[in-house]
Amino acid sequence: MNLESIPLQAFLIISSILFCIGIWGLLNSRNAVRVLMSIELMLNAVNINLMAFSSYIDNNLIQGQVFTIFVITVAAAEAAVGLAILLSLYRNRVTVDMESFNLLKW
Amino acid sequence: MSIAVTTQIICFSILSLVIIVGALGVILLENIVYSAFLLGGVFLSVAGLYLLLNASFVAAAQVLVYVGAVNVLIIFAIMLVNKKEDLNPIDNLRSRRFISTSICLTLLSLLIRVDLSNIWGLSDPNKSIGEESTIRIGEHLFSDYLLPFEVASVLLLMAMIGAIVLARRDVMNKDISTGLPVDQELIEKSSEPLLIKKN
Repeated sequence: MNLESIPLQAFLIISSILFCIGIWGLLNSRNAVRVLMSIELMLNAVNINLMAFSSYIDNNLIQGQVFTIFVITVAAAEAAVGLAILLSLYRNRVTVDMESFNLLKW
Repeated sequence: MSIAVTTQIICFSILSLVIIVGALGVILLENIVYSAFLLGGVFLSVAGLYLLLNASFVAAAQVLVYVGAVNVLIIFAIMLVNKKEDLNPIDNLRSRRFISTSICLTLLSLLIRVDLSNIWGLSDPNKSIGEESTIRIGEHLFSDYLLPFEVASVLLLMAMIGAIVLARRDVMNKDISTGLPVDQELIEKSSEPLLIKKN
């Protein structure tokens, strides 16, 4: 095997796998905290993608890295608000089971 | 990157193995505390991947923000809501699992096919700015990305205030406009105190 560097595809495949694991966790978890963790996993997968593209395709301007910084910022804000919502949900329902949060269901 | 290619490949393999195993652990383990700590491991390995991609600043930001803030926040939330509870069984769990797993696998195969079949227009590695990326990020943030950068600060302020408003316990007991007492049941369901003395 004679490679000049790690191929771009390797990073893309890692990020695809991580994203799909995140979606599976999002769909199947019953604990609300785990749903938030799955969202963080998916955001990280997107970040890996952006970083790989910025390093391999746009390696002079690296706009992908700037986008990653913004995604990290938004993810931090999302985590704070999400966990606050979770706490107030827990105060009202005394459970973190996703199946019991059905107030807006028809 | 100044490291030899073989070393890079070894580091990449170890990091991706940790990422995938850790992510599977996050979503599959029964105990949510283990999940939270594994999530920290996944974040650290992602930061390692960023280092392999010549992005030391973003790697540092990843460690500081994700491991230092988000993960700690998640662990705090777990400590606040971690109560042993017996979940009611849901019907047709098996078909739900089947459908969601097949959706995820289909999406995965689609993504991998796109990754492998597309011809990416790779740029010349000699033009790479390499270790200077931090300088370039600073230039971006204060020239063409100045507006998003400033909006991000407003967003963080909004998130902070919003989180405090959502999570604080005391609520108004009087309607501001009419002065009538508020039905507390609407705002907060009366329940047993969450912290019960152990004795």
